[in-house]
Parts: sequence; structure tokens; C-alpha cells
Amino acid sequence: MIEIGLGHYLSLGAIIFFLGVIGIFLNRKNVIVILMSIELILLAVNINLISFSIFSGDIVGQIFTMLILTVAAAEAAIGLAIIVIYYRNRGSIRVEDIHGMKG
Amino acid sequence: MIVHSIFFYFFSVIAIFSSLMVITSRSTINSVFFLILDFISVGCLFIMVGAEFLGMILLIVYVGAVAVLFLFVVMMLNVAEQKQSWFIGKKSTHIPTGLIVSVLILLELLVVVGGWKYKEDLMSSSKLILSNVSNTHQLGLVMYTDYILYFQLAGVVLLLAMIGAILLTFRERVGVKKQSYINQISRNPSSSIELVEAKSNQGVKVDD
Repeated sequence: MIEIGLGHYLSLGAIIFFLGVIGIFLNRKNVIVILMSIELILLAVNINLISFSIFSGDIVGQIFTMLILTVAAAEAAIGLAIIVIYYRNRGSIRVEDIHGMKG
Repeated sequence: MIVHSIFFYFFSVIAIFSSLMVITSRSTINSVFFLILDFISVGCLFIMVGAEFLGMILLIVYVGAVAVLFLFVVMMLNVAEQKQSWFIGKKSTHIPTGLIVSVLILLELLVVVGGWKYKEDLMSSSKLILSNVSNTHQLGLVMYTDYILYFQLAGVVLLLAMIGAILLTFRERVGVKKQSYINQISRNPSSSIELVEAKSNQGVKVDD
């Protein structure tokens, strides 16, 4: 409990990942919160990679984290652009209102 | 070791609490505030555990760019007002939440700055490859040599994202008067100036 090891960091990453997945499924509000949950999931993945990188003494995990960060920024930009044009066309981004594909 | 556990539990409790608030808070703006708090907590955790460069990049890229982008979109799309109309009777909670988040961020930064001299205690448990070289130096030594292809590909991904976002949100507006540089600089006196001989007491008739 006092001695902080790899398991503590992995547990933190697992909890944040879990909260992100729950946020995707429980969300009935708008699509922006789903994008934020995806950001939480990517953050949890980054925590896992960095803690493995630190505790096993290998720097490559941090490089992979930088690549994930790049992809996360690109994904946020594209997703928000899609949300903006969807709102411009339909006037609402509530999850219930988005059923154009009858899925 | 007690220092490490104090730091870890402080930042991880705040991170878990704020990620819980991201997915449960009623207003989207509050979600963005807590997302910022979450990013800052995890960034401080990265800094304290020894990945300083990634922690700073997390602060710059996530807090400074991504979360502010979310905030811009939330305010632009007027989602906050939608929420207020769905839950009629609830007062706006943006300002108290923003104050709480700001105070928590200040507290975390104070803890990081104040606990900087205990940083060696945190790192003694882990074995680093080159302990006399800083974290940024280590990253640069590996990233610009072995992983240069992936580094360049990340740049291409960012370029594609930029082009995609511009193309998606661009729209041609009708009825807006714009300067046309080609028309401006391709005028010459013969096409735009007309010399008219004005007769006395008759004036000149200008045709529109």
C-alpha cells in the first residue's frame, strides 16, 4: 500500500480506461462528451505505456506515447470538425437525434 | 517511499475524481473543465514519476490545444444553453465549478513545485538506463535516430488532420463582398478610364 509500484499505476490506468468506456455507453447527452471519453481512454493508455517505460527502464514506451498523443490531437480536431458541420446541418448534436443510419 | 505514495495518491485521486465528473456532470462546459483538471493531474503524475518531457507535452498539447478546442466548440455550438433548457430551474454552475477546478490546479502546481526536491526519492525505486542524461535528452537520442520515420509520419498525420478539418468546416458564403486581387491588379487605364469631351452648358451624360 505504501510502496508504490507498477501495479498502482496500471490500476490507475485501468480505472480511467473503465471510466472512459462507461462514459461512452452511459452518455445520453451530446456527442462532445463521447469524444471526451475517447480522450480519457487514450490518456489511460498513455499512463500504461509511460509506467511500463519508467519501471522497466526502456525509453521506447515514451516515444510510442508521443505518437499516441499526435494521433489523439488529430482525432480530436477531425471529430470536432465533423461535429461542427453536423450541428450546422441538423441543428442538434444530441445522441438521440443522431439516427440518420437507423442503427 | 512515503513521499512517492503521498504524491501518487494525491494526483491519482484527483484524476479519478475528475474523470468521474467528466462523464457524469450535467453541463458540457463542466465536463470540459474537469477534463482539463484530469489532464493536468496526469501530467503532474508523469512529471513526478520521471517522464518530464511527456508531462510537459501533455500540459501543452492536451490542456493548451485539445481541451481549449473542446471548449471553443462547446461554446460555439451553444450546447450549454441547450442543457439549461433541458433542465429547467437549475442555475448555471459554470462559475463555481470553474473556481473549484482553478483552485485544484493551483494546488497541484504548488505540490509539484514544492515537492521538486523530493524527486530523487521518487525515482530511486526505478532503474533508468542513463541516469546522468535528462529525460528529454534520452528521448531525443532515440527519437531522432531509430524512430525518425515514425516521427515524420506523425507530422504527416498532423498535416492530414489540419487539411481535413479545414476542408470539412469550409463553406463558400454567398452574398459576401470580397476583394478579387486578380481583377484589381489586371486593370489598365484603357479599360477603366474614359475621357469625355465636355461641351459648354450641356454637361456629360454618364451611363451606369
